Amino acid sequence: MRNFFRNNPTEAILLVVLAIVCVGLSIGTDQFLTLVNLANLLNASAINIIFAVGLVVVLIAGGIDISFAVAASVVQYVTVYALGYIGGGNWFWGFMIAGSLGIGLGLINAFLIHYFRIISIVVTIATFNAFFGLLMFITSGRYLYNLPDWWTTRIILVEHQTTSGQWAELTAPVAVMLIASFATWFLIRFTTTGRQLYAFGDNPEGARRVGINIAAMQAIAFGWAGMMAGIAGLMQVNFVQEVVPNALIGRELDVLAAVVLGGARLGGGRGSVIGCILGVMLIAIIQNGLNLLGISPFAFKMIVGAFILAAISLSNMSFSSLSFARKGRV
Amino acid sequence: MNQPLDNPSGQVVPAIRVRHVTKTFGGVTALDDVSFEVLPGEVHCLAGENGCGKSTIIKIITGVYQPDAGAEIEIFGQKLSAITPTISRKLGIDVIWQDLALFPLMSVAENIAFEGMLGNVPRIARHATLRKKAAEVLTRLGVDLDLEAPLHTLSVAERQIVAVGRALVGDARLVFMDEPTASLTQSETEKLLAIVAKLSSEGVAVVFVSHRLAEVLKISSRVTVLRDGRLVGVYDTDGMTQSHLTELMTGHTFDSVVAAQDRSKAPVVLQVKNLTREGEFNNIDLTVRQGEVVGITGLIGAGRTELGHALFGMTKPGSGEIILNGAPVRFRSNRDAINSGVAYVSEDRLTLGLVQPQSIADNIVLPVLDSILDRFGLISSSKKDKTVRSWIDDLAVKIGEPTDPVTTLSGGNQQRIVLAKWLATKPKLLILDAPTVGVDVGARAGIFEIVRKLADQGLAILMISDEIPEAYFNSDRVIHMAGGEFIGEYDPRSTTISEIEGAVFA
Ligand SMILES: Nc1ncnc2c1ncn2[C@@H]1O[C@H](COP(=O)(O)OP(=O)(O)OP(=O)(O)O)[C@@H](O)[C@H]1O
Ligand SMILES: [Mg+2]
Repeated sequence: MRNFFRNNPTEAILLVVLAIVCVGLSIGTDQFLTLVNLANLLNASAINIIFAVGLVVVLIAGGIDISFAVAASVVQYVTVYALGYIGGGNWFWGFMIAGSLGIGLGLINAFLIHYFRIISIVVTIATFNAFFGLLMFITSGRYLYNLPDWWTTRIILVEHQTTSGQWAELTAPVAVMLIASFATWFLIRFTTTGRQLYAFGDNPEGARRVGINIAAMQAIAFGWAGMMAGIAGLMQVNFVQEVVPNALIGRELDVLAAVVLGGARLGGGRGSVIGCILGVMLIAIIQNGLNLLGISPFAFKMIVGAFILAAISLSNMSFSSLSFARKGRV
Repeated sequence: MNQPLDNPSGQVVPAIRVRHVTKTFGGVTALDDVSFEVLPGEVHCLAGENGCGKSTIIKIITGVYQPDAGAEIEIFGQKLSAITPTISRKLGIDVIWQDLALFPLMSVAENIAFEGMLGNVPRIARHATLRKKAAEVLTRLGVDLDLEAPLHTLSVAERQIVAVGRALVGDARLVFMDEPTASLTQSETEKLLAIVAKLSSEGVAVVFVSHRLAEVLKISSRVTVLRDGRLVGVYDTDGMTQSHLTELMTGHTFDSVVAAQDRSKAPVVLQVKNLTREGEFNNIDLTVRQGEVVGITGLIGAGRTELGHALFGMTKPGSGEIILNGAPVRFRSNRDAINSGVAYVSEDRLTLGLVQPQSIADNIVLPVLDSILDRFGLISSSKKDKTVRSWIDDLAVKIGEPTDPVTTLSGGNQQRIVLAKWLATKPKLLILDAPTVGVDVGARAGIFEIVRKLADQGLAILMISDEIPEAYFNSDRVIHMAGGEFIGEYDPRSTTISEIEGAVFA
């Protein structure tokens, strides 16, 4: 526990802030602390968490990705046609197709970054525009409603009827979110590849000199982010039951904000799955709370902005003050 | 006496044999047709001035840089057409890099035993094994570090130890050590040298780079001397003297003479009364006069750097007074200190001294942007060029173009850029913290010549140095600091060097 606080200062602060906000909202509103509300919060945040655990791997490896949300839209469209081609498919084919397409789009980013030595923000802004432009051009902005049944049917994992007669339900995206989080956690925490990703983000030249395969690092980071984006796209269709070309555009910044809030460092070497979950949940809970309190939605963006500034300056401050404090131990 | 050796290896298969290595970076020739050979189990030194190509040849043998066409490389008898860091590691080569190349956000344990995490095929990361390995290495080194602490929380010396530990963790057959002792204390250095001797007795070859020639002669059996990227020769260290080695490296000789003068009549620039900062230093009384060079020596951990930080406004003293040119000052930040005419050349040039990715020129003018503006308030490129050129010439910095990034400079030349950067602020009080760490003999003499010249121009200079001879020969007064307090003061004109050494190492 002590180590958790020392090694993850941002995550620790976030946990405390989240607890305070939750207690505050439980006291301040009647609806916040109800099973129905909490279940809805989780259902609604699941997709963003899936995006976030993909993105955090890129941030850990010292990159940034702006294109993943648009990539998810591309994946949705292509998946619809691919499923039509194989005659409807099922969840297994859904995951296979969406996952591989996501990986493919991620690898395009990795390839451009590695072989042309262009920084990731520039590459992914370019692919963001290219993916989105191409998608709008080819689909002419058409919505798709005619989707396989298995895809759009709500799958309820657990349900519970409250005393007021309402149903509190957890749906499929939550289960996928849990698996995605667990897989990412396992990758970055418990595999040698994960530790190489941290090392690469921390000091790329040092990583090269110890013999870490730099091309592989870029491919894994962006491939993972792409795979998660593809899966998030798949689950988002399950959640909203339609495919809309510009439904996800803008998500990239929301998710990026949540991941940075969760302690990932722009510049690499730091970030965690727990931080992603806390970051996404904190933003969702604040939004939910402001709603319940009847406060203008514009205040929401402002508050999230303030939180991010506070989180970044706090974590940067502790970083630089630590590096100045050299204790003369003999 | 020391003639270049012709065929030293005889029948033995050398650990390394490279021939005709040339390496150019744009217009700069870092290595010019160099041959180099290391025998198994030998301690071999690479010596030469800053920028002569020592680190570059290490990087070529370990696959970090590719040599220009024509190079022949043979490692443990195996001819290689191309090397990558992975191949060189597989062949049993480990390196302590001059710039350490560690991972600041990772733990000490992971930094030391990172090789356990390598490989292209994902495996389960065994944190426990890794910790155990790291702990073993630290025990072997006889040092105690918190294995879980993130590396960036460690001092420079501690980081250096971590880098040493990393090179010892594997079963290397050859270890390159690029200035491993640059920021170590006397006792840590001795431990490291003992380990080098032990490795060598176990059959591990060690290639050692250091600008401390005494060290070089003490531990190595042979030394390869480079000058300006060319091979001067390979020599036996038996019977070799420091001055002869210096001559081989630089082409000329240097004598050390006591430079101390009596400055007690000059006006006081800095007066410190009873300065205390809890846990760092206590009751410091100090006077530095115009034109005076005051040396502070002692062991690492004595609180010298901490005192320097406080005088430069980077930390706030708890109690006591700092009086600059007769007026008490209280710095809120180092900006304040710079504006009041204090300059500080830090011991840790890689993290505090230079903005690494920026150009040489930009680094030099960074603290003096105000003085190079034209009448429209924009940076005047002709004024900038003039300032940059004059410092590069004065300090004899070996560079390609002023617009190259500082990272392309050799370690010692980076140190000179830091010095230039601060001298450009035209300070009244200059604090030098370990000013010659990693600087070659010729350049040391050059730096002290400049220090003297600056003092003669009326600058007050406070010089923190681990190396007693350096403080002894170049200061007007030498202060001995230990446990956060000043415990002795010596006048080099009436003291011998061994008296001071006796007191410091007592
Ligand atoms: N990546 C690079 N790009 C351009 N020039 C470089 C690069 N690396 C090294 N050089 C140049 O090559 C020369 C040799 O540098 P090197 O680092 O090998 O010197 P060194 O002998 O290790 O010096 P020091 O004792 O100061 O560490 C220097 O002039 C340096 O500026
Ligand atoms: Mg070097």
